[in-house]
Amino acid sequence: MDLTFNDTELAFRDEVRAWLDENSPGEQPGDEDGQYTWRRDWQRRMNEDGWAGVHWPTEYGGRGATLMETAIFFEEMGRARAPLPANVLGLLLGGPTLMIWGTEEQKERYLQPILSAEEIWCQGFSEPDAGSDLAALKTRAVKEGDEWLVTGQKVWTSGAQYSKWCMLVARTDRDVPKHKGLTYFLMDMEQDAVDVRPLRQITGEPEFNELFLEDARVPDENVVGGVGNGWKVALTTLMNERAGLGFFLQVRLRQLLDELLDRAAANGALDDPSTADKLADLHIRTEILRLMAWKGLSTIQKYGQPGPEGSLTKWVWSDTNQALTQLAADVVGPEALTAGTPWAYELLRARGNSIEGGTTEILKNIVAERVLGLPRVR
Amino acid sequence: MNFELTEDQQEIKRTARELLGNRASWEKVREAATAGRYDEALWRELTELGWPGIAVGEEHGGQGLGTVALCVLLEELGYTCAPTPFLGTVLAAQAIEHAGSTRQRERWLPALASGEATGAFGVVRGDAAELVPDAPDAGVIVLADPDTGGAALLEGGAASVEEVASIDSTRRYGRVTAEDGEPLDGDAAAVIDRAAVAVAAELVGVCQRALDMTLDYVKDRKQFGVPVGSFQAVQHRAAQMLLDTEGSRSTTYFAAWTADAEPERLALAAAMAKAWASDAGRSATGAAIQLHGGVGFTWEADVHWLFKRAQLDAAFLGGAGAHRARAAQLAAADRAAAVR
Repeated sequence: MDLTFNDTELAFRDEVRAWLDENSPGEQPGDEDGQYTWRRDWQRRMNEDGWAGVHWPTEYGGRGATLMETAIFFEEMGRARAPLPANVLGLLLGGPTLMIWGTEEQKERYLQPILSAEEIWCQGFSEPDAGSDLAALKTRAVKEGDEWLVTGQKVWTSGAQYSKWCMLVARTDRDVPKHKGLTYFLMDMEQDAVDVRPLRQITGEPEFNELFLEDARVPDENVVGGVGNGWKVALTTLMNERAGLGFFLQVRLRQLLDELLDRAAANGALDDPSTADKLADLHIRTEILRLMAWKGLSTIQKYGQPGPEGSLTKWVWSDTNQALTQLAADVVGPEALTAGTPWAYELLRARGNSIEGGTTEILKNIVAERVLGLPRVR
Repeated sequence: MNFELTEDQQEIKRTARELLGNRASWEKVREAATAGRYDEALWRELTELGWPGIAVGEEHGGQGLGTVALCVLLEELGYTCAPTPFLGTVLAAQAIEHAGSTRQRERWLPALASGEATGAFGVVRGDAAELVPDAPDAGVIVLADPDTGGAALLEGGAASVEEVASIDSTRRYGRVTAEDGEPLDGDAAAVIDRAAVAVAAELVGVCQRALDMTLDYVKDRKQFGVPVGSFQAVQHRAAQMLLDTEGSRSTTYFAAWTADAEPERLALAAAMAKAWASDAGRSATGAAIQLHGGVGFTWEADVHWLFKRAQLDAAFLGGAGAHRARAAQLAAADRAAAVR
């Protein structure tokens, strides 16, 4: 065990810090379109200096950073309060999926514009009747000549209004078991047959969208990984969902907790034993997340696959963020319940944490089946 | 940055798991617990292997392998609830090594490292230290007093120790009356922190065993024609046991690492580890009884040894609440220092 950075890691961290010192993303704009532009410009600046694809192999225009360096990079981004780049889904999910499943032509065509944020990507997986049970999705694609006609409805599509490409999973064969009849497509969002409608969430903001597809056209060359192989390709995307982001989110949680600790110390809430107990518990959970994140990385480096802690972090993170923002309602007081304040936003937004990217219940099933080896729930 | 145990530490873990698996089976533990004795043959074997001196400096007859290696052994001993005076002995040795005078170190460390003497460590509340592990027949007892910030050493013969039958009969506990012993000059608070990490390490093993036994059981036990482990309600509780265990492991080994590498971070790290492991130990062993169903409530199922050990370890050196209260103050102080 050595829980310090070695010289190479320190040098990399200093390089990231130096770059972040010179390249502040600036203040976050209040309105949604403004935020998008801000994050797009931020990604372009990152890309100019080779940071956008920090974990991408150099052959695809990335920096080729190691897992450890990628973790350091995301921690530093979080620490600098930099936003996630506008094309986060393309960078973290779409690009890596294409690198594994895409044809040479697809890689040639799509990867570069992901890095430069010229083309933004969104994810069309979930449907109103296919959430946790993703393979039950009903959106269907029918081959007509050398293209596919896609009809159906997708939901929870963040950034759809800014996106050029959608990672879309649709049913291409209804006569085989549900996991086998799916195909993964890259769908052009700029067509009339794709109707994007904002979905207002409990914060009052439309962070997500619904997609209504009515004979949307996808050329055959935009199939990824082969017809009928969509489940496997989608799993690759889902496996990538948590990489790197964990470090970013863990640091953000730390910052939020630090703010709360400061408030509690300043207004005397820390002197209340029950509040102090809850704050300490949050501190411990946040530290456990940090330790588990780094521990998971050590395990992957040594054994090539994540250890048991890897499956726990998203669950612990969402629980902790919810408990933290809930405690803020007591520690911060009325301000935390006043519409439009950051604490009020965090309180409401946190309720989505235990649902998005795998509900806590599903994550516990996964832990039980894949880590603990318990028999599958029928 | 590397969280993995070194090759040597992994080798220690493998050896300990194998040896204790043979020598400290539940049958053996039951036998010693019923007799109210330690397993003398096992203790002799452990001392011959140099286990009590694993973290004691080589200049004092130990192996000097550090706190992480010590925690590896404690985890494995907790995993089996092995009936030996190991914990008290290493806690006394830690206290003397890190807060004692040269003379005290020379007098006691070689004896403790070789197992020639056993030891105990307790924290005084009022006029005594209660439920001190391994205090009966200990050759040397160190008592720390958090109120005065001091610690003192009592030679076994001079100490007034009353053996107490706790619910955990796999270990001998004693009530030690506070007396003026030989003072230890060093930092008593840091000594308590080190002890808390050691106890947390034992709890990691207790949690892991509770989980392993439970998984074996729920995969095998059938009701409604299927293994009970296929029911979601059972699965989710087992998942919580994994979180209890892994959270204890991360915080404990982090704290063990700080003890040697970054002692200025030890106080907060130790409070975190003891707070989490105390709650986790209670919760995981309680869940183990529950998920074993009616069988889990019987003496023969052996899960109760873990539950009882967890109860005593959780309470020893302050429970989760006390350690969280301390962690809150330390975290806020760190924060204030960072802002300033």
